[in-house]
Amino acid sequence: MATSQSSAQSSMPAVGTFKHSLYEFWSYFRENPGAVAGLYFVGLILLLALGADIIAPYDPTEQNRDAFLQPPVWQEGGSWDYILGSDAVGRDLFSRIIHGARFSLFIGAMVVTLSMSAGIMLGLLAGYFRGHVETVIMRIMDVILAFPSLLLALGLVAILGPALINAMIAIAIVLLPHFVRLTRSSVMSEKNKEYVIASRLAGASHLRLMVNTILPNCMAPLIVQATLSFSTAILDAAALGFLGMGAQPPTPEWGAMLAEAREFILRAWWVVTFPGLAILLTVLSINLMGDGLRDALDPKMKRS
Amino acid sequence: MFKFLLNKLAMLVPTFFGVTIAAFSFIRLLPGDPILLLAGERGVTPERRAELEKIMGFDRPLWEQYFGFLGDLLQGDLGVSIVTKTPVLEEFLARFPATIELSVIAIIIAIAIGLPAGIIAAVRRGSVFDHTVMGISLTGYSMPIFWWGLLLIIFFSGILGWTPVSGRMSFLFYFEPVTGFMLIDSLLSDQTGAFKSAVMHLILPSIVLGTIPLAVIARQTRSSMLEVLSEDYVRTARAKGLSPMRVVGVHALRNALITVITVIGLQVGVLLAGAILTETIFAWPGIGKWMIDSIFRRDYPAVQGGLLMIASIVMIVNLIVDLTYGLVNPSIRHER
Repeated sequence: MATSQSSAQSSMPAVGTFKHSLYEFWSYFRENPGAVAGLYFVGLILLLALGADIIAPYDPTEQNRDAFLQPPVWQEGGSWDYILGSDAVGRDLFSRIIHGARFSLFIGAMVVTLSMSAGIMLGLLAGYFRGHVETVIMRIMDVILAFPSLLLALGLVAILGPALINAMIAIAIVLLPHFVRLTRSSVMSEKNKEYVIASRLAGASHLRLMVNTILPNCMAPLIVQATLSFSTAILDAAALGFLGMGAQPPTPEWGAMLAEAREFILRAWWVVTFPGLAILLTVLSINLMGDGLRDALDPKMKRS
Repeated sequence: MFKFLLNKLAMLVPTFFGVTIAAFSFIRLLPGDPILLLAGERGVTPERRAELEKIMGFDRPLWEQYFGFLGDLLQGDLGVSIVTKTPVLEEFLARFPATIELSVIAIIIAIAIGLPAGIIAAVRRGSVFDHTVMGISLTGYSMPIFWWGLLLIIFFSGILGWTPVSGRMSFLFYFEPVTGFMLIDSLLSDQTGAFKSAVMHLILPSIVLGTIPLAVIARQTRSSMLEVLSEDYVRTARAKGLSPMRVVGVHALRNALITVITVIGLQVGVLLAGAILTETIFAWPGIGKWMIDSIFRRDYPAVQGGLLMIASIVMIVNLIVDLTYGLVNPSIRHER
C-alpha cells in the first residue's frame, strides 16, 4: 500500500491545479469497487440510450401481429428475432427497453437540472441574506416537505395534467427542498470565513460574493445530492408512469411499460420482469456511484 | 423541556398554515372551470352555475373563501366527495385503518430485520456478512417497489400459489368491521380460518411496503453503530473488561438508537407514499388507493381533503419524533 502510494505520488500533477483535484478525486473514487462498477454500468446505459436508434433491432412502437407475447430467446418458443421476448401487441421488448433508457436518463437529467438550479438560487438567497427572505423560503420548503414525495407529485400532476413533462416538473418541485436546505446550510457555514470577509472588504458585490466566492466551496455536498436526486427522479417518474400519471402509452418509458404489462403477469413473466429490472439496475448503479462520490469528495468524512 | 416543546410547536404553525393554503389552492389551480369540473360531464345551465357558485362560495372574495375553508376545517369539515356524496372525512376515516394495519406490519418487519442486520454488520465490519447486508440494503433502497410487488405476486401467488393476489380478506368470510383492523376483527368474528386469511392477505403487501424502510433502517443502524463503537466511552467500557455483548448491547446500542429512532420516525412519509403504490398493486382498500382512485375520478374535494389529512399526519409524527429526540438527547433540547 505504502509503496504504491509513493510511486503514485511521483506522477501526481502539481498541487492546487484542477488536474490535481481531479486526480485526487479519482484516486479516492476508484478505491470503491461498487462505485466504479456503478460508473461503468451508467456509462453502458448512456451508450445504449445515445445509440438506441442504431442498436435497437426494431422501432420501439412497431407492432408485429405474428409475434404476440413471444418468450425470450432462451425459453422454449423463443427466437433470436425477439431476444427478450415481445409484448402483448408484438413489440420487441429489448428495443423498447433500450429506448426507455433515453427517457429515464433524460428525466433524471432534466429534473436534477431544474431542481438543482432553482434550489441553489433559493438556498443562496436564504443563507446569504437571512432574515425575512430566509424565513419565507424555508417555510415554503417545510410545506413541500410535509407531503410525502410521491403524493405531492401526484397532486401536482393532477393539476398540471398527466404527461411526461408535467411529471418532471412535479418531481423537480418535490426534490427542491433538499437542494435549498443543503445550499443554505453550506452558505451559512462559509459566509463568515475569512476569505469571504476579505473578498467583501475588497468591494465584491453581493452577487459576486454569492456566486463566485461562496458557491464553489459549497459544491461537494450538492454534487452528491444531485446524484441521489437523479436516481430518485428516475424512480418517481417510473412510479408516476406506472400509475398512469406520467409518460403515456405507447411511449416506451419503463414505468408505463410495467403498467401495460400488469394484466399479463401470470401469463408472460418477461413483460413484467425486464422493464423493472432495467429500472432497478439503473437506479442501483447510480446510487452506488453516489456512495462513491460522497466518499471521494469528502475524504474527511468517515467511510461508513 | 417545556420551552423546547413550545418552540417546536411555534415552528409548526406557519407550516400548517402553508399546508392549508396549498390544499386550499389545489381546487382553484386546476385547469379549467372548477364548477364545470364539479358538475361533471353533463354541464350546467347559467342559473344552476350561479347557484353552485353561491354554494361553493366562489362569488366571495378569495380571502373570505380561505377563512371559510379554515373555519370548516376546524370543525372537521373537509367537504363532500363529488362521487359518493359522503363527507370526505368519513371516507378517509373508513379507509384509514387498512393503511395503518399495513404500515404497522411493514414497519415491524423492517425493524425486526433491519435493526439486528445493521448491528451485526457494524460489529463485523468488513466481513462477508457486512458486505452482503450493505449490498442487499442498497438494492432494497433502489427498488421500484411497484415492480417488486409484481415479482412477488408472480412467484408466491402465481407459481407457488401460497398467497392471494389482492384484497384484505377471502370472500368466504364475512363479518361486520368492529375496529377496522382485519387482524383483530377476524379474531373477534370467531370464524375459523378468517384470521389466517387476513394474515395471508397481509404478508406480501407488508413485505413490499417494508422494503425501503428496511433498507434505510439497516444502513442507518450500521453507520450509527460504527460511529458509536469508535467513541471513547465504548473503549472505556471495553477496557473495564465488560463482555462484548454488554458493550455492544448496552453501551453502544443505546446511544446509536437515538439516530435510528429518528430515521424510523421519518419513514412515516415514506410509508404513506409507498402505500399509494402498494395498495394499487394489491387492490388494498386503504387511503393510498383511495387517493389514486379519487385523482382518476376527478373527485377533487376528496384529493384535497386527503392531501391535507396526510400532510397533517406527517407533520404530527415528525413533531413527535423531534420531541422524542429531545427527550433522549438533552443536548438537542438546549440548542439555541
